[in-house]
Amino acid sequence: MTARAMLLLASLALYFGQAPTARAAERAQPVVVDLSEDFVAITAGFNGTDVLLFGATSGIGEVVVVIVGPSQRATVRLKEKIAGIWVNGREVSFKDVPAFYQVLSTDTLDEWLPLQVREANQIGVEYLEILPDGDVEPATAAEFRNALIRNKQAKGHYGKVEDPLDLTGGRLFRSRIFFPADVPVGIYEINTYHVVDGRIVSTQTIPLTISKTGLEADIYRIAQQNSALYGIAAIIIAVLAGMAGNALFRRA
Amino acid sequence: MYLYLPIAELSVNVWVFLGLGVGVGTLSGIFGVGGGFLMTPLLIFMGIPPAVAVGTEANQILASSVSGVFAHWRRGNVDFKMGAVLLTGGLIGSTFGVFLFKMLRELGQIDLVIMLSYIVFLGSIGSLMLFESLRTMQRSRSPLNRRKLHQHNFLHGLPFKMRFRRSKLYISALLPLLIGTIVGILSAIMGVGGGFVMVPAMIYLLGMPTAVVVGTSLFQIIFVTANATFLQATLNQTVDVVLALLLIVGAVIGAQLGTIVGAKLRGEQLRGLLALMVLSVCGKIVYDLLITPDELYVLTTGLVQ
Repeated sequence: MTARAMLLLASLALYFGQAPTARAAERAQPVVVDLSEDFVAITAGFNGTDVLLFGATSGIGEVVVVIVGPSQRATVRLKEKIAGIWVNGREVSFKDVPAFYQVLSTDTLDEWLPLQVREANQIGVEYLEILPDGDVEPATAAEFRNALIRNKQAKGHYGKVEDPLDLTGGRLFRSRIFFPADVPVGIYEINTYHVVDGRIVSTQTIPLTISKTGLEADIYRIAQQNSALYGIAAIIIAVLAGMAGNALFRRA
Repeated sequence: MYLYLPIAELSVNVWVFLGLGVGVGTLSGIFGVGGGFLMTPLLIFMGIPPAVAVGTEANQILASSVSGVFAHWRRGNVDFKMGAVLLTGGLIGSTFGVFLFKMLRELGQIDLVIMLSYIVFLGSIGSLMLFESLRTMQRSRSPLNRRKLHQHNFLHGLPFKMRFRRSKLYISALLPLLIGTIVGILSAIMGVGGGFVMVPAMIYLLGMPTAVVVGTSLFQIIFVTANATFLQATLNQTVDVVLALLLIVGAVIGAQLGTIVGAKLRGEQLRGLLALMVLSVCGKIVYDLLITPDELYVLTTGLVQ
């Protein structure tokens, strides 16, 4: 845990430790949550990372955290057997698909969070609103949407079920969020809901930026925005490397 | 040690990919082939997206052809005139090939076309080489029979005849132009230099003397892969320079090892070995297309435009 996280946890403990215990006052206290870092840098040596999420509530009810990645466009294709080989066939495109989606909860969601609340706030992959682009039959759309979720889960970009959120002393909660090596870049939203008796009493949303930095970022940016320059540079690098190889070869 | 590849957008083990470069580099040193036809499928097997594997390989082959051409140039084994005609075709072919690549990628069929091209070419070249080396092994026990410099056939009746001094040929320029174009298309779609198709075509179709074949082929591959690198980078953004450099470093080391090893082994046995390797890569690709995948639905994502 980073020093910053330790300090914040300690101050949170102090703050809530001294808070008045009257029920009304407890209700009024909003949920407080923070991350060990608000920026994940994808550098040359990046191979996935953990971000620590921690926070505190007034001590009653449950907490659920939803991590939503940036929007993507996604196309799902069905492999069909044509002349004995598997070929990409029918396809359905979806717009505004979260690139990453994970739910953390202090308890099994099914047991305490009403369906209406889950639907309204898109809590859990089955309640994610992923709509097809264009006119698609509802049954087909559902089939391809489920396939999209399965693919995302296999990559580790979507959670299968909610991950546990550790609760200590009934008030402090913490959990590690794992971002794999091929994590999509962009701005993530961490939505925290404090739920008492099946009602959301307090929410907090904090951003998390995941971005390529340093040389990796520069290479990617030039490749995308100035691709002619990138192509020429790639040619020059290869020619120089080849000539260097030849020089070494001759001496040997 | 892990390294994040900025264009492939995944993190790879540096030693594994350096090793891959050394391995394929050694083979190309032994056999005098570019190695792209082995490297691209291997990269795909290792999880590099096929489009990135193809774009990046064009860049890597450019480097190995540059490093290889000097030795042939010094010995005067490059027919520049023939090279120029071949590469005119090569530039036309590779330009068309990259546009075709972009179109197929948008249709979601590029992976299939890459795989099918590999099956056709690895399968046929591998079988031919295996057959040829078995025959040579047999023939080396029987007395030598002499062959003509080259056979004359209908191809020698085409117009636009040109004299290629170094190749000792007086043939229509249309034939090398056509060969260059076809190999150019292949090189753009398959991420290969095309030497493994170009060399047999130069020997058997054009009737060029074996001595100038490899140098001339390398000379034209330099320009064709440079063109493919530029177009893949601008049209498809699929050239990963970090991955290319990793493979180049491995390949340079491998090529040296390969030349040492190659000098100690017998030619026909080597060719037989390479043929078996080519056929097993081909077999793996066929197998992957035939078995029922665990997940029938494939997902492609991109940022919202």
